[in-house]
Amino acid sequence: MRTMGFSEAIEDALVQAMTDDPQIIVIGEDVQALRMNLFVRFGERRVRSAPISEAAFVGAAVGAAMAGLKPVVEVMLVDFIGVAMDALLNHAAKTWTFSGEKWNVPLVVRTACGGGYGDGGQHEQSLWGWLAHIPGLSVVVPSNPADAGGLMISAIEHDSPVVYLEHKMLSEMWLDYMGIGDRKTVQFDVPPAGASGPVPDRWKPLPLGKASVFRKGNDLTLISVGLGVHRCLQAAKILEKRDISAGVIDLRSVSPLDKETVLEAVSKSGRLLVVDEDYKDFGLSGELAAVALESGLFFKYARVCTKETIPYSRELEDQTLPSTDRIIEAACDLLKD
Amino acid sequence: MKPDLWDIYRQMLRSRLFEESVRDLWQEGKISGEMHMGLGEEAVVAGIVTHLEDGDAMALDHRGTPPLVIRGIDLVSLLKEMLGCPDGLCRGYGGHMHLFSPEFLAASSGIVGASGPLGAGFALASQLLRPGKIAVCFFGEGAVNQGMILESFNLAAIWKLPLIFVCKDNKLAITTYSPSVTAGSVMERVGGFGLPVFEVDGIDVEAVWQTAREAVSRARRGEGPAFILAHCVHFEGHFLGDPYLRIGRHPLQQMKKLSPSLMKSAVSVKGEPFLTRLKGLGKAASLIRQAVSDQKSRKFDPLYLCRLKLKGEKSRLEKIEGEVKSEIEKAVRLALSGMDRE
Repeated sequence: MRTMGFSEAIEDALVQAMTDDPQIIVIGEDVQALRMNLFVRFGERRVRSAPISEAAFVGAAVGAAMAGLKPVVEVMLVDFIGVAMDALLNHAAKTWTFSGEKWNVPLVVRTACGGGYGDGGQHEQSLWGWLAHIPGLSVVVPSNPADAGGLMISAIEHDSPVVYLEHKMLSEMWLDYMGIGDRKTVQFDVPPAGASGPVPDRWKPLPLGKASVFRKGNDLTLISVGLGVHRCLQAAKILEKRDISAGVIDLRSVSPLDKETVLEAVSKSGRLLVVDEDYKDFGLSGELAAVALESGLFFKYARVCTKETIPYSRELEDQTLPSTDRIIEAACDLLKD
Repeated sequence: MKPDLWDIYRQMLRSRLFEESVRDLWQEGKISGEMHMGLGEEAVVAGIVTHLEDGDAMALDHRGTPPLVIRGIDLVSLLKEMLGCPDGLCRGYGGHMHLFSPEFLAASSGIVGASGPLGAGFALASQLLRPGKIAVCFFGEGAVNQGMILESFNLAAIWKLPLIFVCKDNKLAITTYSPSVTAGSVMERVGGFGLPVFEVDGIDVEAVWQTAREAVSRARRGEGPAFILAHCVHFEGHFLGDPYLRIGRHPLQQMKKLSPSLMKSAVSVKGEPFLTRLKGLGKAASLIRQAVSDQKSRKFDPLYLCRLKLKGEKSRLEKIEGEVKSEIEKAVRLALSGMDRE
């Protein structure tokens, strides 16, 4: 066992994968600086700096994946994925089906997401529900270094496109780059267990679509991904002091969705509280309710999500993004009869 | 016709001092998130924006502060926006990358290249609703590889839109040396769309102003769009805390952080052959040198160069500088005290 930071773990997993498989390449803006270690180790043929042309280089990554390479293409922030959306929506996601299941697109789209450092609504979105809505795309959102490395390996090994979302509040590299900027005058609510932790000596793939149960709970089930998992764990600890037993599930992957684990927990607790940093309407939180209803379960339901465009002001942002306080409040409401 | 250099100098200085205050407040942690500064591009912005009048529109990029300051926006409300106050320009919802002023028909975006299509739309509205009025869009040379910008060149040309494309070229696309990711010549590329193209030294505000005058009057006469490529330097790199500038300014301290993992990458058993990696290390170092080489040299400072032309009338110059300094200090004081404008 070793201990690593979140983005350090991703890089370590990439080093292992790229060493084992020369078909893996990295494409993205500024990668010669942002991934300087990979750039030095694997050279500019395999770590390719791209112009600010997301539509072209993500589209090219789709083609490269179809023709024998395994690209890990970086769209710096998921907010910028709009520019490249056609390549994902109409090409990466559909080639397998269109080709009569004859042609794979083994592509990883690595992109940073999430808010909490006051960067405004065009740089802090989550969008995993929006992406997972598209058949043919897998979407993973790790919440700690061990999962971050393991999911990177499985995303690379997966034979169809995977969007790999890296939360900026967990990633020491992104938080420094986007939020801190070498200042000692700013503080952020970073969960220590998410930002740094034990990782295996050699990376093994984690199965896609397998949730992890962080805590079992009899009274209600909290379900989340990414940073939200840590907000849930903190809330569960506080609820425990009030004699409320809250379970916490980290989905790890939004699509495929681990329905089995969700249903098992909800059937026991009878109460589902979804904590989703992505937008509330038409997203993951509604999907989880639908999945549980479709299975015939009777349960009480609530959700803590981002309801609107994320405001720039730190104070307004705090009120908009899911917080431990909002989770506790919603949990207590759910427990009222 | 010659520009009123005194007024232009005043405008550039207002932008400079305002942004320096913003930088200090960001350093103090009072402003959050990223902070992209226009320090160094004042001549480009002032040389263009001083031609604008009521009814003209501006599509801005992630460096929207200088155009808004020079266009005459209320400084207190602008600063309050960056401080995240409920009575800021956008009630604390936008921040420095998302500044919007319907009064000035000015809107900004943090998405590279987005000002092209937006500017085209502003210009279309001018063409149909306000003949004689024009739109300007600002972007960096990194954006000329964005599809939407290239598509806007085409749209503006075929619809003969009254739109001035202003490309601020500091040779760095985020932190990538842009000639290394840009094929051919930008001037030829844009010229290929049939747009009149102008190349200008963006440090020399008189040159920018003269070039803009021609482009703006063509557009006002209904003769269609133009493209201006203006070369300049960003003293603070891509944004405050720019990783390359950090290395350039504090090499020992930063390399201490970087070198263990870099050495591991260079010498560990797994990876490309050692010589390839040595080359990679050399390349990484030369990229850093490239990125920091132009920074902070006076000969690239548009404000300093403009001041040289005016220093003959010392007392007039000092009067302007005193006025601007107190204007900015007052705005900062008011914004911080939470008071409304006087």
